[in-house]
Amino acid sequence: MDGLRVISAGFHPTIQDYGRPSVQHLGIPAAGAMDVPSLRLANRLVGNPENTAAIEIRLVGPTLEVLCDSVRVALAGSCTTMTLLGDDGGPLPAHQSVRLSRGQKLRVPPLSDSAGAYLAVEGGFDLPPVYGSPATFVRAGIGGFEGRALVDGDVLPVVTDAVDRRPEVMLATPSFLAAEGPIRIVLGPQDDFFTAASIDRFFSSEFVVGAAVDRMGMRLEGPAFEHSRGHDIISDGIALGAIQVPGNGQPIILLADHQTTGGYPKVGTVISSDVHRLGRLRPGQSVRFERISAADGERQARAAETDLQTIFRQITNAGPQLDLGRLQDSNLISGVVLAGA
Amino acid sequence: MTGTAEKPIFLAAGDAALVVQFGETIDSAINQRVNDLARALRSLALVGVVDLVPTFRSLMIHYDPLRTDQAQLIAAVEGNLHVQTASSERRRSWIIPSCYEGECAPDLEAVARQAGLSPAEVIAAHSGVDFDVYMMGFMPGFPYMASMPPALRVPRLTEPRVRVPVRSVSIAAEITVVYAIETPGGLSLIGRTPVPFFDLRRDPPVLLESGDQVRFEAISLAEYTALEADYAAHTKTLEFTWIDA
Repeated sequence: MDGLRVISAGFHPTIQDYGRPSVQHLGIPAAGAMDVPSLRLANRLVGNPENTAAIEIRLVGPTLEVLCDSVRVALAGSCTTMTLLGDDGGPLPAHQSVRLSRGQKLRVPPLSDSAGAYLAVEGGFDLPPVYGSPATFVRAGIGGFEGRALVDGDVLPVVTDAVDRRPEVMLATPSFLAAEGPIRIVLGPQDDFFTAASIDRFFSSEFVVGAAVDRMGMRLEGPAFEHSRGHDIISDGIALGAIQVPGNGQPIILLADHQTTGGYPKVGTVISSDVHRLGRLRPGQSVRFERISAADGERQARAAETDLQTIFRQITNAGPQLDLGRLQDSNLISGVVLAGA
Repeated sequence: MTGTAEKPIFLAAGDAALVVQFGETIDSAINQRVNDLARALRSLALVGVVDLVPTFRSLMIHYDPLRTDQAQLIAAVEGNLHVQTASSERRRSWIIPSCYEGECAPDLEAVARQAGLSPAEVIAAHSGVDFDVYMMGFMPGFPYMASMPPALRVPRLTEPRVRVPVRSVSIAAEITVVYAIETPGGLSLIGRTPVPFFDLRRDPPVLLESGDQVRFEAISLAEYTALEADYAAHTKTLEFTWIDA
């Protein structure tokens, strides 16, 4: 089935949903979205269940052409303005749904404010699940589109190849995108492998996100940890957001594609409600950390979910001016600027 | 057995994972406690538990902090430390063909030298014992098996390989691992199996599970080549047998 043609892929876009966290006992990494709240928002905007797989964009977005009758899409996680190409084109704001018709071309430029964003399509993509999820895990060729990142020329099949005309919806810049303050860390499971002084230094120092960031992990540049009991442990389980410290003392935060087990000591773990912030950090950005208890981390998770539900309730009608398909079909506009709303 | 009667310790791994640690060694009695607990908790299907990942000496419980919490999970673990489930009374036993010749075994000679054995003795030692799958981990389908015959325990490579061929049979210290997908790796490669340990076109894709028993069976290069083609074409399937746990 036709859907969206990738004219230009951008930088390493993959298909992601919540991933497959329930098969880590088989050695299968969970994968899934690096910034789950933004994925959920993108899906909300196009009327999907929140866990529907979308295109995860990293740093530089793709250019896509609609090959089917019509689709409804929305970008979330970055405030970058998209562009509808062609004579009838114009800017398309993020966090707003839009209906596109056959032949229309959409460009997502380099992201200005985040390392990642999600482009959701109404109905989702027609891709087979692997262990219950279509999330892409490139290293083992699992899921997504042929088990790999999207490349120029791919045609992504969509489930819904003609969408109805209805009022489009939007959300003013969601507050979770602007979250500030230190990233919160629960110490353990192997904080006893490090000197107390180096743990104190970790919480009092500023770190810079290293150039080596991918879906598997993020290297931090800053003061090194000192190991007090060597830097090898008997391999044990790895949680999302675990901070692994190999022999050189430089911490690596393990992200969505992290290996399921590992033999380096893990000094702490980023709380679940802050992990999405890591997915948005760009190389060169600075970051600080703050200690929190596991019980407080659990409370933060529940509070963050309540906040997110409040944000989702603020989604409102965007007005009819964004029904580009109708505007184009009726030949009413040419080069009209469609921003604002 | 050392330490098996002791209570485990609980270690936080953030607000969405909890480690139940039974010891700090690679030991069959400790690993059995880990796998028994995993099976007991799995059969309970506790609300909010996302996955149970048994490793050598600890169990990681991945959970959803919106649906459960550490305190409830610790209580559940403490109530199930000595439970024998039906599924822990029997387990799967596999005979895995392995070619220990030529390009399949690039480190065989070096391992033999380090161990003070002939290559034939290395092969006989590795294919002459039953290994237990202590854990599945790292990447899809990788089994970590122990316990290595003491004569065959060699350290990890000083210079890890950038690319280990898929299905390589490797050893280091107490463990033997099959590289289910191509990755970098630091273990010595002494053989290669024609059987895919991770194959998305097979159901299920992952061959082994924690708690399985494995014995390697030496095959010739000619047999390896023929079997590799059969498994690639999906005209052959490897069967297991049930044994008493």
